Amino acid sequence: MDIVVDLASWTRAGIGGAMIGIAAALLFSLNGRIAGVSGVLGTLVLDRPAGEAPWRGLFLAGLLLGALLMSLLRPDLAASTLQTGWPGMIAAGLIVGFGTRMGSGCTSGHGVCGMARLSRRSITATMTFMAAGFATVFVMRHVFGAAS
Amino acid sequence: MKALVALASGTLFGMGLLLGGMTDPGKVIGFLDLAGRWDPSLAFVMGGALCVTFPTFQLLRLRGRPLLGERFYLPTRKDLDAPLLGGAVLFGVGWGIAGLCPGPAIANLVFGSPEVLGFVVAMIAGMWLRDRVATKAPPGASNAPVAAT
Repeated sequence: MDIVVDLASWTRAGIGGAMIGIAAALLFSLNGRIAGVSGVLGTLVLDRPAGEAPWRGLFLAGLLLGALLMSLLRPDLAASTLQTGWPGMIAAGLIVGFGTRMGSGCTSGHGVCGMARLSRRSITATMTFMAAGFATVFVMRHVFGAAS
Repeated sequence: MKALVALASGTLFGMGLLLGGMTDPGKVIGFLDLAGRWDPSLAFVMGGALCVTFPTFQLLRLRGRPLLGERFYLPTRKDLDAPLLGGAVLFGVGWGIAGLCPGPAIANLVFGSPEVLGFVVAMIAGMWLRDRVATKAPPGASNAPVAAT
């Protein structure tokens, strides 16, 4: 195995992660809500419980505002290198939406919040989607793909 | 006040996603590609987040209720069922194809890429499709309760 050692990137990742953690801790400690993006979005668009649209909409708007602010603060980090074309993006979007709705959460809800609560369901889900992610990239890159 | 908290939380979340590298699908695939040149950075994103959420969530459990609200909104289910596992597998596959999960995909919209917008629209369609399939399934093959994750 060849590991990319980049201490600056690891440090930014740790600080960025801590900011995500503080964001999730704020929402949970003050509002009592789980900062799970697929859940916040899915419930906003599909379940539409009365009176919950404002906070859900504002949280999602915040994601955009935060990304915009950080990309202005650190334009050098505002990179987005797409890994697949239109068919792959549409297929992946469909699968991610279907899967997170079916599995009750994604990286934020299960990974950042559920694991912190020591939820057995979230720990299992996180291990499962990580394993599926590793396996998918392995198959796409090293079994079928020509990329290294 | 609660609305303001949600906006602040989302904003901090979005800043952290970009700083951490999660909004770059190339970085995500670099992390998921164990057999290639493995970039472990994103493990530090999850680790950094858990360093904050683990103690906070555990302490809050002792308190019993949030500071502004009347109760914690938490999933009630404890069992491991097929939808949880199957859904997680599907999500992982989609994540591995595009290098985008829901939060970073939404944050990535600020870069104005039509493909990412397509991903987000397809993601919502996928959620809707799951509900269509689930409500047509026989009773017992149930959907998870509304409690949001």
